[in-house]
Amino acid sequence: MSIMQTLVQTAARFKPDADPDPLIASKKYVGRALDRVDGRLKVTGGARFTAEYAPDDMVYAAPVFSTIAKGKVRRLDTAAAESSPGVIAVITPKNMPRLVTPSLTDFAKLDKIAASNLPVLQDDSVHWNGQVIAVVIAETHEQAQEAAARVRADYDADEGMVSFERNKDKAIMPKDVLGEPPEIKIGDAEKNLKSAPVQVDATYRSPYYNHSAIEPHATIAYWEGDDRLYVFDSTQWVEGYRNSLAHVFALNRENIRVMAPFVGGGFGGKAGFWWNTILCAAAAKMVGRPVKLALSREGVFRIVGGRTVAEQRVALGATREGKLTALIHTGLTVTPDHARYAEQCTFPTRHLYATEALHVAQYVVNLDMVANTWMRAPGESIGTFAVESALDELAVELRMDPIELRRKVEPARDPTKDTEFSSRNLIEAYERGAAEFNWSSRNLQPRSRRDGAWLVGHGVATAYYPALRFPGGARVRLEADGTAIVQAAANEMGMGVATGQLQHAADRLGLPLHCVEFDYGDSHLPTSPMAGGSCQTLSILAATRATVEKLHRELLKLEQKDSASPLKGAKYEDLVARDNGLFLASEPSRGVSYVEILRKAGKPYLEVEGVSSAPMEMMKYSMASYGAQFCEVRVNETTGEVRVARWLGSFDCGTVLNPKTAMSQLRGGIVMGIGMALTEEMLVDGRSGRIMNRSLAGYHVPVNLDVPRIDVLFNDIPDPQTALGAHGIGEIGITGVAAAIANAVYNATGKRVRDLPITLDKLL
Amino acid sequence: MKQTLTLTINGKSYSDEVEPRLLLIHYLREVAGLTGPHIGCETSICGACTVMLDGMAVKSCTMFAVQAEGRSVLTIEGLAQNGKLDPLQEAFWNEHALQCGFCTPGMIMTARQLLADNPSPSEQEIRHGLEGNLCRCTGYQHIVNAVKAVAKAGGA
Repeated sequence: MSIMQTLVQTAARFKPDADPDPLIASKKYVGRALDRVDGRLKVTGGARFTAEYAPDDMVYAAPVFSTIAKGKVRRLDTAAAESSPGVIAVITPKNMPRLVTPSLTDFAKLDKIAASNLPVLQDDSVHWNGQVIAVVIAETHEQAQEAAARVRADYDADEGMVSFERNKDKAIMPKDVLGEPPEIKIGDAEKNLKSAPVQVDATYRSPYYNHSAIEPHATIAYWEGDDRLYVFDSTQWVEGYRNSLAHVFALNRENIRVMAPFVGGGFGGKAGFWWNTILCAAAAKMVGRPVKLALSREGVFRIVGGRTVAEQRVALGATREGKLTALIHTGLTVTPDHARYAEQCTFPTRHLYATEALHVAQYVVNLDMVANTWMRAPGESIGTFAVESALDELAVELRMDPIELRRKVEPARDPTKDTEFSSRNLIEAYERGAAEFNWSSRNLQPRSRRDGAWLVGHGVATAYYPALRFPGGARVRLEADGTAIVQAAANEMGMGVATGQLQHAADRLGLPLHCVEFDYGDSHLPTSPMAGGSCQTLSILAATRATVEKLHRELLKLEQKDSASPLKGAKYEDLVARDNGLFLASEPSRGVSYVEILRKAGKPYLEVEGVSSAPMEMMKYSMASYGAQFCEVRVNETTGEVRVARWLGSFDCGTVLNPKTAMSQLRGGIVMGIGMALTEEMLVDGRSGRIMNRSLAGYHVPVNLDVPRIDVLFNDIPDPQTALGAHGIGEIGITGVAAAIANAVYNATGKRVRDLPITLDKLL
Repeated sequence: MKQTLTLTINGKSYSDEVEPRLLLIHYLREVAGLTGPHIGCETSICGACTVMLDGMAVKSCTMFAVQAEGRSVLTIEGLAQNGKLDPLQEAFWNEHALQCGFCTPGMIMTARQLLADNPSPSEQEIRHGLEGNLCRCTGYQHIVNAVKAVAKAGGA
């Protein structure tokens, strides 16, 4: 850690807490299960996704993918493609515009966000199987596809490193893991492990996964002159894409506008800045017309990376009473040198449990693969699979109920950060969940319940995801008629951002819901962080809160020019916003409406822009959401088939903004976790590095019949350190799911599967 | 090479010169300008492109536009009548049976077929009937609830 970072952290720890957000107590729309605001557009086909914009004179792009993992394109024969009907251009490294090489995400600045720092189609080198080696531009989609199939490539292939199994010995420790140290040691965990009365030491494996958002990545780009670029893109971060495009095309950021009003799911796969966007913008520049590059499903698998394969060791040493004396969690993941993303699989272990000694460490092996990237709860999803499976193994060794074990290891302070928790009610989530799920009727003894051919088992595991916030901005415009518009660049991939933010804005302003609008999905709007890391909701809440405060202070100033004002002499701190105006908290009858303030001031509107503060609370406290995942599985004794029969997720994730949208988010996360546990696996050919199952026919996301009824409970306890007491909830749902299933499978069958996905063959 | 395609979409006649290789989904989206049906997989797996063809739900990414010659197509855009939502559309909105909304138009069409075949399906029958339409966001349960709500109210 630098001296500067140390100074800031020390300052943060001594900074006194602000009072909890007063709106926690007086909220009116927040917390209600309101219908989502974009519902009508989405059920009528009126919501326009990226690929649906149709600028005049638009042409179509189709990429050509490499068929080797490493080497050079010796000869690219584009003649047949060029003479194919409708073809306008074939872009190869020879005629591709010269571009600046993209920069990887810098977590200190977090402004640019490329998933890979390879030059984009600038030379003949190949770095992964599936890399784009040419792009065909044609008048129609069909003509572009046909011509792309006619491009022939000869290669000088090198022996690439593509097999995880064969290259594990080349693992190295990365410099950092998302800015955190790759290794932490407290005490001598190995020594404590050896001397512990009860020990668990096991290795857990998980495969490559793919986000498989139902909308494949798409871009439409067009230029005005040489220096103005307009881009529609299915991105999770309009502003990060704008900044990255400015970097790559050497333009001023103000000259680029990235728009993404509706995005068809992302789950992390649309956050990193991928080649398709760059290629589309370059193609539009070359042909001087708007270009659409809508990736096929195969294209998504080939050029957009997913979650890394992982091998994790968790070792636990414990007393007979269930106190941990050693907690060891090491993880090995894959990242190509051009991505340098070590998935943070040890992060949950750093903050979850009390232990005498701890050792966490991460390693990576650099393979010649498409850049790996964030996928829903990166780190915590696979990390909780390992550590929560191990904890269950320890409970078995101790002959202790796994929830009882969680009580024994519940820490008073964050074990590695050595700070207090801002709000941690994990045990309460377990207890509420256990009561609702009827956990007490579970058999501790495995293989003790059956229903015909089906063995029935129950499992539980902890869910964990940090509560992150980034500084951001917002603009609030109050109109003379008393309505308001709140604006932030914000990204809506379906989470319900617009609905939740509207509920908040209406309460914050004291306006009826129908009097407020929320604009988002456009890089021209005030700065917002990415829709990722479950940070967006919290970040925009804080930005809007700061901006509304600024608005109210300006309104008070205007109002106090009137010597007869009911707010004469009042300070900002004396006010509450309600009933379309500002009132004295101490004298509810004294107040004035927004309409009246603006009328008296002779203003047609008042517009302010504000920014939220640096997230010092994240340094002072350990801030996270928690949960307890309960499930019942049935395993067919004859076929080994696993069916999830029942699910309950009990979550501690702060104030719930809207139970309707929140439950849906959490259920969706749980279903993705069921896929991770049972059906999903991206298969890489260990010789060629080719992803073999590049379609939804081969990559099995759970279908409706694969999942049971899923119940969700909330503690609904506000976090005093956040706006509204809320946390983001996009990722917590998937965490703990795979472990809960593996633990239930053990309970059903007596067989411990430590290798995802849990397919039939592993149970026979 | 092109041939004339004449068909009815959402009650309106269309006639266009199209290539025989043009898929129905591309015809609907790129030629007819109806972008409600989406493209998610091009392999008939995800169901985002589902439309009704002569009253039967079909995945329009795996049939040629010319195969719809003389036939009648209903897309999500044609479901609401005079601005009044169809009961399934209402239910999908009320029950929060959508998040990103990308699968929704296809999901609603398949649900329509399901209810036409079986007006009072059980939960398992709903899940079975909709297993050809993938949703990656909602966890499916809200979709099941929406279909149940319409079935209970007397069908679509």
